[in-house]
Amino acid sequence: MASIGAVATAPLRARKAGENSPASIGFLVTLWVAVAVAMICLLTLLVTAFVDGYPRLDGALFTRYSSRVIPETAGARAAILGSMWVIGTTALLAIPLGIAAGVYLEEFADEQRWYNRLIEVNLQNLAAVPAIVYGMLTAGFALAIGLERRVVLAGAIALSLLILPVIIITTREALRAVPAEIRQGSLALGATPLQTVWRQTLPSALPGVATGTILALSRALGEAAPLLLLGGLVFVSYDPNGLMSGFTTLPIQIFSWTGQPQEEFQELASAAIIVLLGLLLLMNALAIIIRNRYQRHW
Amino acid sequence: MAAVPAAVLSLTLAACGGQSEGSSDTGSGVSGEVVSDGSSTVEPLTAVAGELFKEENPDVNVSVGTAGTGGGFEKFCIGDTDISNASRPIEAGEKKICEKNGIDYTELHVANDALTVVVSADNDFVTCLTTDELQTLWEPAAEDEITTWDQVNPDFPAEEIELYGPGTDSGTFDYFTDEINGEEGASRSDYNASEDDNVIVQGVSGSQYALGYFGFSYYEENADTLKAVEIDSGDGCVAPSAESAQDGTYTPLARPLFIYPSKAAVETKPQVSAFIDFYAQNDDSIAETAEFIPLNEEQQATLEQAASELTGS
Repeated sequence: MASIGAVATAPLRARKAGENSPASIGFLVTLWVAVAVAMICLLTLLVTAFVDGYPRLDGALFTRYSSRVIPETAGARAAILGSMWVIGTTALLAIPLGIAAGVYLEEFADEQRWYNRLIEVNLQNLAAVPAIVYGMLTAGFALAIGLERRVVLAGAIALSLLILPVIIITTREALRAVPAEIRQGSLALGATPLQTVWRQTLPSALPGVATGTILALSRALGEAAPLLLLGGLVFVSYDPNGLMSGFTTLPIQIFSWTGQPQEEFQELASAAIIVLLGLLLLMNALAIIIRNRYQRHW
Repeated sequence: MAAVPAAVLSLTLAACGGQSEGSSDTGSGVSGEVVSDGSSTVEPLTAVAGELFKEENPDVNVSVGTAGTGGGFEKFCIGDTDISNASRPIEAGEKKICEKNGIDYTELHVANDALTVVVSADNDFVTCLTTDELQTLWEPAAEDEITTWDQVNPDFPAEEIELYGPGTDSGTFDYFTDEINGEEGASRSDYNASEDDNVIVQGVSGSQYALGYFGFSYYEENADTLKAVEIDSGDGCVAPSAESAQDGTYTPLARPLFIYPSKAAVETKPQVSAFIDFYAQNDDSIAETAEFIPLNEEQQATLEQAASELTGS
């Protein structure tokens, strides 16, 4: 079997013949311009957020609640804790369900059956459904079972639904990358299918599963629309203390602050954006580290 | 801004004393949650009330959402919230739903707002507009027709008008269209609409020939880059201000802001009852801290009367 390096460079060599044609140079220039525009926009946003938010990036941001009375020293404590509660609960709900569903579909489901094919098609579609639709779905669901809509559990259900398709799809991709020989070897040595999945296939796929899951969670962390639709609160002056507690999250709080007329809230919003960006970068870095350290090539 | 220092001082003092003592020194000893939702315009007011209330009653958590006036009533009328914030009175359809679910309520007028028509500080030709001129400019028939300033008033230059305003989901939009165009929701649609009033601020302040409208506090915060247009509804030009909104001369764009406490919540939850009492008695300082236009004496008396009837204190 060819090494990864050889496979990766092969298309490069093949491309060489037409490399200097005007069309390909034009294409290359267009690509670079596109990248440059994207990077300049991103940089402008980052720089403005840092310049505006830096003075407010202090201890008070993490320890104090949002305050209308003294916006000069207000903080995002309720929003940061709220985000942690909601994302934590989302992880507990979505990860076991998502991985289990992925394992079933990839390892056990009979693809000839019409219902499995139906699930298959729907999963791909669900991953592309706008986030706010999951908010509406959850609002209806909560109303039907008598669950209050503005609580941590309702928010977590909405975000779980949002990221479930992504987790299932990445789990399946990771399982698919595990060579069939490993399964066959395990079965040949007398392991049951369940033991094979639990002790061989799933552990081998874990780096890929973990990467996908963390990326899905970081998407959920940045989501405001479904939570706003559920009635996520914008003024909360207490720590959430359970699944049935009211909450606000960082994106909701930022959204609310940027709409305020007072300059102090704009600065506070920028500081909160930096915190949110930091958290997202941290999670994405974790995903990259896990992938690089534990990923195996067969 | 003038009201802030006093409030800050009292708050800081209260914070210093309250932290270690807990609730034992506050007497009333109520605890629990007060849930409110509704108009994003009224949210700062109820949030300030909740914050000041918590200083005296640390065990009570007041939370405020911004589902919009209509969205707030939707939740209120199925019993999800204790208090609904509203930038307009409850409508007939909403009343019906509340009635059906047995939700009884009291309307409390807690502050005033003056919808402010603004132009850029660089604009040197507009100081006053009549309501008729505003209607000419904003009515549905103006769409694609009224595009330059001299069409509104021949004294104005023949320059193209840039219009900014809130989107159709906003209570401010409902109120403005109702008062100026005579029908709620009837407006030309070829203007730059934004639910974020700061976008309107930026748009209007950026162009000499732009015009927009929003709540008074956004003008107050940006008075250095914007100019408030005086409004003439037949009795001469009146500038929007706390005074003209309070004494009723700033017509027709001065509007009342409301909270709707649920009677059942007041009766069964002592913390809601205590919060309403606190809100009514301290309404003046709450409004000033939140940078809203407070009630006049008569309105304040009405509020206290209605609140004490509701809570029975």
